[in-house]
Amino acid sequence: MLPAIEVKQVCKHYGNLRVLSNINLEIHTGEFFALLGPNGAGKTTLISIIAGLSLANSGSINVMGHHVITQYQQARRNLGIVPQELVFDPFFTVRETLLIQSGYYGIKGNAHWVDEIIERLDLTDKANVNMRALSGGMKRRVLVAQALVHKPPVIILDEPTAGVDVELRQTLWDFIKQLNQDGHTIVLTTHYLEEAETLCNRVAMLKEGKIVALDSTQNLIGKMTLGKSIRLRLLPDTLPSTLQPLQISHNDGVYELRIENYAQVESILSSLRATQCQIVEMHLQQPDLEDVFVSIMKESGNLSK
Amino acid sequence: MTGFHTLLYKELLRFWKVGFQTVLAPMVSTLLYLLVFFHVLEAHVEVYPGVAYTTFLIPGLVMMAVIQNAFANSSSSMIQSKISGNIVFVLLSPLSYQAIFFAYILASVVRGLLVGLGVYLVTLIFFDIPLQLPLWVLLFVILGSAILGALGLIAGIWADKFDQLAAFQNFIILPLTFLSGVFYTVHSLPIGWQYLSHLNPFFYMIDGFRYGFFGISDISPYISLTIVAICLLAISILAIRMLKTGYKLRF
Repeated sequence: MLPAIEVKQVCKHYGNLRVLSNINLEIHTGEFFALLGPNGAGKTTLISIIAGLSLANSGSINVMGHHVITQYQQARRNLGIVPQELVFDPFFTVRETLLIQSGYYGIKGNAHWVDEIIERLDLTDKANVNMRALSGGMKRRVLVAQALVHKPPVIILDEPTAGVDVELRQTLWDFIKQLNQDGHTIVLTTHYLEEAETLCNRVAMLKEGKIVALDSTQNLIGKMTLGKSIRLRLLPDTLPSTLQPLQISHNDGVYELRIENYAQVESILSSLRATQCQIVEMHLQQPDLEDVFVSIMKESGNLSK
Repeated sequence: MTGFHTLLYKELLRFWKVGFQTVLAPMVSTLLYLLVFFHVLEAHVEVYPGVAYTTFLIPGLVMMAVIQNAFANSSSSMIQSKISGNIVFVLLSPLSYQAIFFAYILASVVRGLLVGLGVYLVTLIFFDIPLQLPLWVLLFVILGSAILGALGLIAGIWADKFDQLAAFQNFIILPLTFLSGVFYTVHSLPIGWQYLSHLNPFFYMIDGFRYGFFGISDISPYISLTIVAICLLAISILAIRMLKTGYKLRF
């Protein structure tokens, strides 16, 4: 199947500063994809190059099979970008902004769709208000709306939830999930890793302009051997000696034991049975995307040294 | 509407929404120039035989207003969009480089013409100005404002900050305008200055424009027309090239 976005050997530097080195990435149609990395890793630069806002020094990018430089018009028709900065044109109202934006794509009679996006993003009350008068969250919604006026099959959101309150975050994600279910390919960057974990099928992690991890969210978390543990509160409050090598900590009567896989739980339980130990409380701890992120960023940091 | 029409509409709406500042204010300041020069010089200067100084001056002032406003429109729109960041909405769209260029230039022409026409109509109330060859007038006012619109676009793209744009305006546009024969005929100048004036493309715009009113000019209007057209072509090619390569727009 045609990839939604195909990034081949893209390099970008500003003077001596290398921002992206040899990025190769393929995002499939219909995917919900996360681009993660610390500040300054090159996420926004990569998005800008895909969008044509920035020019790569070498390499090539296709969006829905259209080269972003030589076939820029087709490529941009297939792409909706929600920029990270809260930019707006202070001369216009929300509705004017959206109608003008859809006019740039040469779409005739788009008022119906514009009204629908306005409604779905809860902007109806603000439709005829000047952009200057909107709160940050409202401006963010308009940016999302602007990226959707031409119904692009591929949508890239650069930190859409930065500085956005919980309620809007929920609304926004529900809306974006709906778009994904309707067949749009979604690419997002975020620093809220739990958002990426629940939403995204696949993740690329960037560090210092390089891709240091690229896999499905499940695989990334599954590969983590570190970080799995079991927490137990016991009666009597003594850990059988056979289990003591596994002990990580003992705080407030809670033992934390390191495990490598869940099969180990069975042997722990049988050791407890053998000593007539009763389980009062039990929690299985598993690593989340944040643990994966932290460990990968540490690892690749050591590599580069 | 096509993308081009939309961008043109947006550019027109942008200045129209603040028309008090973009159309009315420059009309008033131009008419103030006229008032002052009329008061001081009317009785003392006769540039063309049988043409009162004020009558001579008015087409020059109209052209000056056109030039300044055409430049101001594209340059301030571009730099405001760049600095506030909303230029990305144009850059993200599939608008072609030519469409972006023509939309900005045409909006500049419209604003230039609007201010120029406004000044001209007001002066008609007080002065009797001949209009011998209206088509020449129209031709030169359109070409002139298009050149300044394109220059404004170039300046707006080039400048990173408002003070750089102001420098472009004060050290390039303003001297070229004032030394182009808005207030005088270059024949009254010493021969060295006359020679220098002929290197100034704005001189040909104003001379050709004035020819349309009086049927008299410092040099042949056909030469002026050729030079102005070549200038427009060269500046347009430069501006479109800047848009195409993404100079200072796509980093």
